[in-house]
Amino acid sequence: MITKRIIPCLDVKNGRVVKGVNFQGLSDVSSPVELGKYYSDNGADELVFYDITASSEGRALFTDILKEVASTIFIPLTVGGGINTLDDFDRVLKCGADKVSVNSGAIKNPNLIYEGAKRYGDQCVVLSVDAKRVDGKFKVFAKGGRENTGLDALEWIKRGVDNGAGEIVLNSIDTDGVKGGFDLEMLNAVCEIVSVPVIASGGAGKAQDFIELFKKLPKVDAGLAASIFHFGEVKINELKKVLKDNDILVRL
Amino acid sequence: MVVIIDYGVGNLFSLTSSFKQIGVDVITTGDKEIIKKADKIILPGVGAFEDASEKLFSSGLADVLLDRVKDGVPVLGICLGMQMLFEKSFEYGEHKGLGLIKGEVRPISEVIPKDYKIPHIGWNALTFPNGKSELFKYINEGDHVYFVHSYYGANCDESVIATAEYGAPLTAAVGHKNVYGCQFHPEKSGNVGLNILKAFCEMESYK
Repeated sequence: MITKRIIPCLDVKNGRVVKGVNFQGLSDVSSPVELGKYYSDNGADELVFYDITASSEGRALFTDILKEVASTIFIPLTVGGGINTLDDFDRVLKCGADKVSVNSGAIKNPNLIYEGAKRYGDQCVVLSVDAKRVDGKFKVFAKGGRENTGLDALEWIKRGVDNGAGEIVLNSIDTDGVKGGFDLEMLNAVCEIVSVPVIASGGAGKAQDFIELFKKLPKVDAGLAASIFHFGEVKINELKKVLKDNDILVRL
Repeated sequence: MVVIIDYGVGNLFSLTSSFKQIGVDVITTGDKEIIKKADKIILPGVGAFEDASEKLFSSGLADVLLDRVKDGVPVLGICLGMQMLFEKSFEYGEHKGLGLIKGEVRPISEVIPKDYKIPHIGWNALTFPNGKSELFKYINEGDHVYFVHSYYGANCDESVIATAEYGAPLTAAVGHKNVYGCQFHPEKSGNVGLNILKAFCEMESYK
């Protein structure tokens, strides 16, 4: 059977991983290549790289780095950030990405999902959604969670899947950074309406949060996190052992 | 010399890199003269069967490949490349394959339970129903590999060398004489995948 996936997410700016990362044995803690390799060697099932560069020079640098990552790491790679056109899909796929994550690019141009899926297949298009409760409804937010787009998150996700998104990353702004656990209510609402894999993001603070996620919502396929992995609060290989001890299927 | 056949289907960056990683020289090409000299051949593929088989046959690369198989050269099809080894596929119609593996390619929806997600995507464990193939000499039953597919090799029991459980035992790899195929992506399956490629590269020509 398919295992539950544990996915660390690395934000890259000007070719460097943002947020201090401190692991023993890493000579360069901000190198996407070294960190990616570290995670890959220590149980990560997949890696997500987000390009948070604004400049075109930074973007070219990101693409070079991606190439280097993909020539040394042999697990699935998802790339997001700055994906606005099919040329952007092409640019990152050629450098070894397996999936392309769209977020604000799809909000600006909803056809992007359909076009990407048509050209590269549904399995290649990941719709990443930042959602937050507003007056009891889940709303889609843009610009790193600062701007309410007014879009209903469940409708937006349903539409994205109908247009060919092969996977959903749901990041709950309400639980993000709180470290009190994933947003099970929001995740459950999404799992109820789509049949593609759902990746939970936002809120994980400890191993128990992942156990709860997969136990309470068996339909969720993967858990994604950034800082708790980067700061070593949760070690992926240890997390996966704990998951296995709790009868959750993982790749060890 | 290992040759990856480039017939304009999918992106070969990771596959090419994975051979470099295990220290094997590899040439990625659609040049028939080079393929004629290869002593191992990789047939990759991502996308739709019809488009891929059209490209492989109309370019004449299929004939070159079939000749090399007759010469005993080990061939490894990956993902759609594995499906191309079969006699035919029922992906959007009925399309002819290379006929190197007896059987056909059918939608997984025909055999898996209705509440299972399609495609079959993610890490799944390998089972060896007919003993351990030479292709798996460096790995173990139960090791995980990475899958992304909606179609599978059917009616090929005698060639199946590995299955993956997804509500039904799906064909994960096939082998017949010098012809091998993996439904999963060894180039995305970490060290397990690299060890499968390594074992393939060490195979002798079939006499």
